[in-house]
Amino acid sequence: MILFEEVSKSYGRNITAVANISFKINTGEFVFLVGPSGAGKTTVLRLIDREILPSTGSVIVDDWEVNKLPKSKLAFLRRKVGFVFQDFKLLTDRTVGENIAVSLEILNKNRQEIDKRINQVLNIVRLEDKINYFPRQLSLGEQQRIAIGRAIAGEAKVLLADEPTGNLDPKTSWEILKIINKINKEGTTVLMASHNVDIVNSLKKRVIALNKGQLVRDKEQSRYS
Amino acid sequence: MTDNLSIWRKIRRTPYQAIASVFMMFITLFVLALFLLLIASTTSLVSYFESKPQLTVFFANDKDKTSIDLLIEKLKRTGIVASWKFVTKEEALNIYREQNKDDPLLLEMVTADILPSSLDISAKTPKYLNDLNNMLKNEPGIDDIIFQKEVVDTLISWANTIRLVGLIFVIFLMTSTFFILLTSIGMKIAIKKEEIEILRLVGATDWYIKKPFLYEGMIYGLLGASLAWLFSSLTILYLSPFASSFLKGVGTLSLISFNSINLNVWPPNLLLIICLFLVLLFSGLIIGFLGSLVASSRYLKE
Repeated sequence: MILFEEVSKSYGRNITAVANISFKINTGEFVFLVGPSGAGKTTVLRLIDREILPSTGSVIVDDWEVNKLPKSKLAFLRRKVGFVFQDFKLLTDRTVGENIAVSLEILNKNRQEIDKRINQVLNIVRLEDKINYFPRQLSLGEQQRIAIGRAIAGEAKVLLADEPTGNLDPKTSWEILKIINKINKEGTTVLMASHNVDIVNSLKKRVIALNKGQLVRDKEQSRYS
Repeated sequence: MTDNLSIWRKIRRTPYQAIASVFMMFITLFVLALFLLLIASTTSLVSYFESKPQLTVFFANDKDKTSIDLLIEKLKRTGIVASWKFVTKEEALNIYREQNKDDPLLLEMVTADILPSSLDISAKTPKYLNDLNNMLKNEPGIDDIIFQKEVVDTLISWANTIRLVGLIFVIFLMTSTFFILLTSIGMKIAIKKEEIEILRLVGATDWYIKKPFLYEGMIYGLLGASLAWLFSSLTILYLSPFASSFLKGVGTLSLISFNSINLNVWPPNLLLIICLFLVLLFSGLIIGFLGSLVASSRYLKE
């Protein structure tokens, strides 16, 4: 569950990234976060992951009030919240398998468990034959799939995806969306930021729309244009 | 596995920094080893001399056995003599032969007649040595008195100087190594800032991020300690013949004796070599660990 209660985030006096927004996303939901560039989509995701702190209001993920979480607990929050970045943020000197293994090593899993889970994840993101490749040897779509694999490999209950199809062609974008949808069907809550109208409309999911930091619409299974 | 791989990768990626760190660690630990050996040797030597008769009286040739016995009786009556041993001319010759058995030239022409008989006297406590010395130097028929307290005092003074110089050197080198390691690991952390940020975003704890750097520091410590141990062992081997002639007649110098376990400084035994390795290894690991810990804690805070 993700709960935003009257959350605002400002930078200095004049820049307001998000202004007084409130919404609740239930466990297992798939929600699109839409809006033009600069609307505040990434800010919302970063507030959930506590890369940044709200200026006012509170952000709650499951039982944790994120903005009051001590620094020592931050790592544990981020294990529950998988993040797929638009620029992938992969470890370029590690192979596909090693990139995914990171999410498991931080949980102190043993080698057998790690290998087993890597194979499961690679099966989900359909990269079984690329386990020993380095990110630079793969296409952008494949790199994004590694990022998704890393985000779900551990114990993430929530998947945040920041424009995961932003740099991809329509066919690859559709493949990525299918993977994320499948992950959601297995019980993971998904909040996906996107400005791709076709993708948002294709799944008929709840859409939260932002504009200039304001929440302008929050509707179930609606078409977005 | 991935941990090990990434540590190895980190070291390989910056070979010159790694070499500098290991080299500094080696120098520090090698100097530490040399000073430890010197301190152990002087300490054992002091104990050796302290346990030996502290006064040796050499008699003139015309001093007969009766007057020597009278002198011994006089000494006994003072109540400050713990023990004594009379060494005849023949016994002195045997000692001389034993000490110079490898040098036939020194044995030629030497007979018991030209060697003096002597009396080794051990005082109950070192403070009586002056009294004994004053008493004996006024006795007739005494050629020379070797007052071993002076030897011991000189040795103690040398041992203290070595300890002090060693301590200063080792502290200076350890500090330099610590800062070199701090800079080297700090630079690596700075280079890997992006990777560290990614690890934090996927939920890695600070400890997980620090761990490879700590292992890296400890690997430098391990390599430095191994090299220092190897070179100090070779130094012991190389210096053994010189020490052998210098310590002629001293016998075994034991630093620690416990039941049948002896840590011998001279002649160096296996236990000494093993202990030296353990001390160097422990010191190397501690310097490596602390250097990396401070570096990673400092740079990860930024």
